[in-house]
Amino acid sequence: MRFSINPEMATQEVQPNETLTNLKAESDTLKTKLEDERAKLHDVELHQVAEKVDGLGQFIMKTRRTLKGHGNKVLCMDWCKDKRRIVSSSQDGKVIVWDAFTTNKEHAVTMPCTWVMACAYAPSGCAVACGGLDNKCSVYPLSLDKNENLAAKKKSVAMHTNYLSACSFTNSDMQILTSSGDGTCALWDVESGQLLQSFHGHAADVLCLDLAPSETGNTFVSGGCDKKANVWDMRSGQCIQSFETHESDINSVRYYPSGDAFASGSDDATCRLYDLRADREVAIYSKESIIFGASSVDFSLSGRLLFGGYNDYTINVWDVLKGTRVSILFGHENRVSTLRLSPDGTAFCSGSWDHTLRVRDRGYHLEPVTSATVCLILVSSSSCLSLMPVPSPFYFIRTASFITFGP
Amino acid sequence: MERVIVAMQDPDMGVKMRNQRLLITVIPHAMTGNDVIEWLIQKYNITEEEARHLGGLLVQYGYIYPLRDPRSLLLRSDDSPYRFQTPYFWTSSRWPASELDYAIYLAKKNIRKQGELVDYEKENYSILHKRINHTWDFVVMQAREQLRASKQRRKADRIVLECQEQAYWLINKPCVNMPLYYHYTTTIQLRYYYYTTIIHRRALGRNRVKSSICLESFMKYSEQYLHHDPIMSGCLPSNPWISDDTAHWTINTDMVGTPTRLRVERWSFSFMELLNDSMGRREFMIYLEKEFSAENLCFWVACEDLRHGESSKIILKVEEVYKNFLAPGAARWVNIDSKTMERTLEGIKRPHRFIMDDAQMHIYFLMKKDSYPRYLKSELYKNMLAKAIVPQETKKSVFPFMRRQRHSSPSPAMVTQATEDDGKAKGAGPTGTSSTTNSQI
Repeated sequence: MRFSINPEMATQEVQPNETLTNLKAESDTLKTKLEDERAKLHDVELHQVAEKVDGLGQFIMKTRRTLKGHGNKVLCMDWCKDKRRIVSSSQDGKVIVWDAFTTNKEHAVTMPCTWVMACAYAPSGCAVACGGLDNKCSVYPLSLDKNENLAAKKKSVAMHTNYLSACSFTNSDMQILTSSGDGTCALWDVESGQLLQSFHGHAADVLCLDLAPSETGNTFVSGGCDKKANVWDMRSGQCIQSFETHESDINSVRYYPSGDAFASGSDDATCRLYDLRADREVAIYSKESIIFGASSVDFSLSGRLLFGGYNDYTINVWDVLKGTRVSILFGHENRVSTLRLSPDGTAFCSGSWDHTLRVRDRGYHLEPVTSATVCLILVSSSSCLSLMPVPSPFYFIRTASFITFGP
Repeated sequence: MERVIVAMQDPDMGVKMRNQRLLITVIPHAMTGNDVIEWLIQKYNITEEEARHLGGLLVQYGYIYPLRDPRSLLLRSDDSPYRFQTPYFWTSSRWPASELDYAIYLAKKNIRKQGELVDYEKENYSILHKRINHTWDFVVMQAREQLRASKQRRKADRIVLECQEQAYWLINKPCVNMPLYYHYTTTIQLRYYYYTTIIHRRALGRNRVKSSICLESFMKYSEQYLHHDPIMSGCLPSNPWISDDTAHWTINTDMVGTPTRLRVERWSFSFMELLNDSMGRREFMIYLEKEFSAENLCFWVACEDLRHGESSKIILKVEEVYKNFLAPGAARWVNIDSKTMERTLEGIKRPHRFIMDDAQMHIYFLMKKDSYPRYLKSELYKNMLAKAIVPQETKKSVFPFMRRQRHSSPSPAMVTQATEDDGKAKGAGPTGTSSTTNSQI
């Protein structure tokens, strides 16, 4: 936990009469009172309610696309609304826009700084925003002229006093929400670069944020190194709810699709679900065998599955309702730094420090066989033939399914 | 102490400042030690000894720093040049100097000129290197970044900034040998507990819902959306990522002729689902026009545009909305309750992005409670549902030796530019991307 030097915070009003001990005592009593109030309405646990729901069984997820091209650790990625394009950023300062479906690279920008920790695709698909150690968030309009230097049209929007950890466009291309290592979040107007609202309340670096899909579209949640997840009102700048149950830095927050809850992934190796109406944590997703922190989380479209990318190079898939793990996915050769579901829920993409991004999907028993596996089939089918007098297509399919297993 | 400094910096009555020379470069806004002492004597009517003492304290606390021989924190009563430290670096306004910042400063110094670090600095550097090794990448990056930024400044400015920073760290170097927990000064802790107390108080006042009700809603939601979740239930005709066939996307585009059944069903899940789908919105608008209440949806759309649009157009948009929807006798007058109307009209005098929020929410809930349920029961919706297609699941052929060709799609950036170019000549437009060529970048 570090307190970044931020002269802005020095100007906030503090009651001069309250001594530190008094204030601390008051804060602690309020906290106990609050916990009591919250406990009063907590009449049932999530897994108890979920007993009547069918279990999911083991899931197989397969990698459908591997995007290679970054020269260094992939730090962040975001999907385009057209459901197939992706923007990703890496430690060497490169920001690449891919058509993940064909795995073609469409645009590449070299940022003037390294460690580009945040990137976002504009809702219109015409621009990308990115930033990192340069303490700024810049918007690059995507030009179709291959010869044009994208960096020339760059627009600097956000200015923080420390590194930019996350950024996101709100409902349009015109506003950007950013979070920074200086402990604040801020809402900016893209056109003028003006600060529209700033959000103070975290006591340390803010690492992640997510916008609520709610009807009034006015809130967002942020998580930080102070172990707190705060829900903010974008209009007033106030923190309307706060949750502090994690035991370490919160690396990622994501809203449940209905907007009534959100999940968080933290360095304490757990993911937790917080309900906003009950105003409490309602589930913890952890396992004794998982000791590395979760760097990013996302829900499936129905909210039944929670995908978590961890620092031990794996992705764990949790059953949100029952609290059990349904799948563990391997494949990355270094820690998973970012994970997002595609806008229509057909696949999810994970980016890792092994320089690659992988687009993954459900694997099925009956799958088209590619030429690579044909020879294996022929080999195994001959052994089958010795057992069965009549070779039939049915048995070919059987053997094929064993071969196509795996990530 | 700061009061004194501010007085000293007063342009008329303060210390005489001149451009001083430091080696070759001219430093603006500097003063000599002598000047400082003279001024102090005059202003506070004190003896030279006292003035020297006070001046010395000012230097020791970092409010004034010497340009020549910065390590000796003394106020010399001769013509050695001094400067005022910028308020950003004042001890009172700064949080405790953190290890990380100090590490960045040392790294910068090291990079700039090897061997420029003094003994105790070298020691601190190696201790820090060991202690915060895991973020050393970050430290070096930040140091390089800051050096690069400073190279773009004029030499005079650069020297000034370097001196300021050096002076600050001379006084405020964090005790590197202390344990990892930082010294929280009273101010910081006060601030932290102040924020937390406010938040806790607010939280105690809020209404909470019973867990059983909240958790039940998760069950319902998951169940309702189960068939719409491609990862859980697959999608028709096939998942594009598995089969390499983009049919699923083409039949679900915004402007497709006949929507899929799943899509139309989804409109009945919640009002937000209906409005979020552009086709749903269009259908709802047609329905409202039949009911002569289309102005509600138009108003809502206009408010959304105001909220999320360009800042420069806010005043214009507010005027438009007023003219079209709120003014008495307006063409599409919306029916808002009098209190909200009053508040909104009052607020229009000073227009800003969120001025229509109350009115917009009122209309939104009006539509949600009234028009939306009736739409779902209407013939229009039922026809849509009946017409909707259920695509055939593509048979997964087991032995396609050839992988299906993956076609590119026009970039969204291109689509919008194309609509712009429509007005102009369709000259050297971007090359079609209907082949699977790999682009070289």
